Amino acid sequence: MSLKRVELIDISKSYDKQSNVISNINVTIEPGEFFVLVGPSGCGKSTMLRMIAGLEDITGGTLKIGDTEVNDLPPSKRDLSMVFQNYALYPHLTVEENIQFGLHVKKIDKKERAKRTSEVAAMLGLTEYLKRKPRELSGGQRQRVALARAIVNEAPICLMDEPLSNLDAKLRAHMRSEIRQIQRRLGITMIYVTHDQIEAMTMGDRIMILHEGSIQQIGKPIDIYNNPANPFVATFIGSPPMNLASGVGDNLTSTIRLNDSILIPVPTVDAHFLTERVIVGIRPEHIKAATKETEEKDKFVVEVSNVEILGNETIFTFLLNEESWQVKWSGQWQIEIGDKIPLMMNYESFCFFNSETKEIMKTPSDVENHVFGKEVFV
Amino acid sequence: MRLWKKLVLYFLLIITSLILFFPIIYAFMISFMTGGEILSGKLLPSTFSLDNYVKVFERLPLFNYLINSFVVSLGVMLGQLVVCSLAAYAFVFIPFKGRDFIFFLFISTMMIPWEATMIPNFFTIQKLDWINTYQGMTLPFFALAFGTFLLRQHFKTIPKELHEASQIAGLSKFGFFFRVVLPVSKTSLVTLGAYGFLTTWNMYLWPLLVTTNNSVRTVQIGLKQLQSQEVATEWGVVMAGVIVVIIPTLLLLFLGQKQLQKGLTQGALK
Amino acid sequence: MMVVSKPKKISYWKRSSNARIALLYLLPSIILFSVFVFYPMFRTIYLSFFLTDQAGEAAIFVGLENYTYLLESDAFLNSIKATFLFVLYTVPTGIIIALILALLANEKLRGIGIFRTIYASTMGISVAASSVVWLFLFHPSVGMFNKLLNIFNLPQIEWLLDPTWALFSVSLSTIWLNTGFSFLIILGGLQNIDEHLYESARIDGASYWYRLKRITIPMLSPTLFFIITISLINAFQTFGQIDILTKGGPSQSTNLIVYSIYKEAFINYQFGTASAQAVFLFICILIVTILQFKLGEKKVHYQ
Repeated sequence: MSLKRVELIDISKSYDKQSNVISNINVTIEPGEFFVLVGPSGCGKSTMLRMIAGLEDITGGTLKIGDTEVNDLPPSKRDLSMVFQNYALYPHLTVEENIQFGLHVKKIDKKERAKRTSEVAAMLGLTEYLKRKPRELSGGQRQRVALARAIVNEAPICLMDEPLSNLDAKLRAHMRSEIRQIQRRLGITMIYVTHDQIEAMTMGDRIMILHEGSIQQIGKPIDIYNNPANPFVATFIGSPPMNLASGVGDNLTSTIRLNDSILIPVPTVDAHFLTERVIVGIRPEHIKAATKETEEKDKFVVEVSNVEILGNETIFTFLLNEESWQVKWSGQWQIEIGDKIPLMMNYESFCFFNSETKEIMKTPSDVENHVFGKEVFV
Repeated sequence: MRLWKKLVLYFLLIITSLILFFPIIYAFMISFMTGGEILSGKLLPSTFSLDNYVKVFERLPLFNYLINSFVVSLGVMLGQLVVCSLAAYAFVFIPFKGRDFIFFLFISTMMIPWEATMIPNFFTIQKLDWINTYQGMTLPFFALAFGTFLLRQHFKTIPKELHEASQIAGLSKFGFFFRVVLPVSKTSLVTLGAYGFLTTWNMYLWPLLVTTNNSVRTVQIGLKQLQSQEVATEWGVVMAGVIVVIIPTLLLLFLGQKQLQKGLTQGALK
Repeated sequence: MMVVSKPKKISYWKRSSNARIALLYLLPSIILFSVFVFYPMFRTIYLSFFLTDQAGEAAIFVGLENYTYLLESDAFLNSIKATFLFVLYTVPTGIIIALILALLANEKLRGIGIFRTIYASTMGISVAASSVVWLFLFHPSVGMFNKLLNIFNLPQIEWLLDPTWALFSVSLSTIWLNTGFSFLIILGGLQNIDEHLYESARIDGASYWYRLKRITIPMLSPTLFFIITISLINAFQTFGQIDILTKGGPSQSTNLIVYSIYKEAFINYQFGTASAQAVFLFICILIVTILQFKLGEKKVHYQ
């Protein structure tokens, strides 16, 4: 199996020749990479995947797999496999026949078929279900059959379109790590579409965030979390999302003003942020409880409008300029709705976005990035 | 449910069933009676003798007619299944320009009563020299808008991902049709098949027009002959003929009733 | 901003490849429809303007004369009257009976399957077979009906020979024959109604009649509408019963339109006037179908 890169050059898609639903997509997916396409529904991520698969025409740009342009190749000639959201298992065939279907079509000989099927079935724990029909299987088992059908082809590229969205939460978490492990073991290139940012964060080597048909950001999950390119990415990645508010810069006082009680002092080196309007963002876990030591000018008091205690963490909501802001603290906090709570925010934790271009200007610099001293274990 | 309500329901069910089924049971009874018994107006034959059945096979080439009916009904059934499933497949799985127009043409055939076109059709068959042939009896009925809709309705429920998965696996269009769509749609194919068989077996006017001798005549025309020959005297023989003719379709109906009901309502309403 | 990139030039041959493949699948249907539906339809209309020879070829162009002849002919007007009366006798009664049977058979009772099978059974019986059986039931001396009348000391009726009774008798046998099909369709419609609707109505304490009026009939309306249309069309197309039971008689009282076309064409060899009648039949059915589309969209409650 030779590894191949997938290259999208200026890819666009239009249904009516008038307006593009996808435009200017430029990305290279490296061999062996787990690449995740993520975005809200209707952002064009599935369309993009289906263009790579050959199920949708590419109306503009060039798609390369390896070194060859494949724009006009039918799906079967692109040497890839695909897993669908609803699994697309053939209801009239047994699990075994489903897994072998592609091999059968490609006229691979019987012995080889049987060998590969039993290997894959063993890998996915399907050996005892081979003679059953899909309707006799649970959702998780069907998902495994779909997976088995994709990897049995030994295609170097595997496409997955929201493969886990029909599973319950617990199984989903389990399958996330299982798919990741299989991909590592086989060394295949994976292009994975999801609307779930947790899947994107936990599975992808790199992720690409799409919104309204254009790329918002491409990068490693943690880089995107720390340095979101724009407010959309900032609110899309992370749960609860980053809190945003528009602020007014004031050169005289060197502050950005969010409301009557919250003024963010800006150091002189960052004075260029003091524009008329700026979008200010902060992650929920970066809003801290004010303590006795907190200076009065950094402190502000909010009224709690909702509380969720999740066992190991507590999330509460307050209103800031009519926007809901959320705060996430680890541990259990005895907070009631209506409580007045003193809070503080560090300048280092803030993101600033240009209010015109929406581009990021300042990224948080106090991210807790822990590193194990490896020698501890030696 | 309260007991008295159940009793009332059963009472109504039994009474209506008896009334509705009476002509069939009565015909069945008559088919065993002698001429004298029939004249005296009995409801039950004194013995269940098969004399009338033997006679009806002697008077008419009824066995040949039965074979003809089977050949014609099976022929139309298979023809309809092939022609309709091909068309339905194109309507569901192959997007192309002009599909709506062709679909409209198919719909419009439903508004043309078959009887309004029978005169030119008769001459077409005559010119093709197909009078008294199986092809003349069957071919005009292969294309069926209703059948195409019924199958199209079912094909539409096949997830499009199944089509896409087959494309990725490298299956051709015909491969997908033959190896996935048809096996997955077995139930609606059975429905259409049963419907086609039933309606063809019971067809009357067309066989009347395109048969002039006994070579391909069907049982329905046999009944007409029987009735016009025997009417005055031997009702028992006539009824034996009737029973022989309705048994295959009644059996088919009893076996496929659930299927047929589901299929027809779906085809009709969606 | 979204800018549309120039689509690549794709040859017409390639773009139409789907259409060519689709045509291949549609070809059998298209050919058969052309030969056995569209061509004969136009041919029928064409012939209706001509006098024809024995071989059914157009001989003399007569314009609308075939039509004016028909409209002035008592026989044809009588045939129209008989057809409409027949529709009136069979369609409403047949559907009401089928609806009642379907409501009965939709109850959840032990052994209900047997009753459903019996109710549906007439669908498996051919026109010819049923007509022969009814011919016997209507028989003046040995028939069941006159024997029943005898028991109650009522005067005997010449069911099929008396012009005042013949159409009624034919209608009776037709209603019986069509019950199975209508029943099956209506039962299917009933079973498609969501159980929850009845459950919530029961919780509200609605009576059987209230549920029938407020849930069953409205939810069943698409099915009823469909079966009304099919029954109307079927009634216009009636032939076999007439051929076996009455041959259009007595004194033409049961000479329904299709039988009239058949006689005109294949017994009298008047293909021109027969074609004109066929056009009339086509128009009747066209009106019924168009009404179905127009009314169906407005009045009927769809889920």
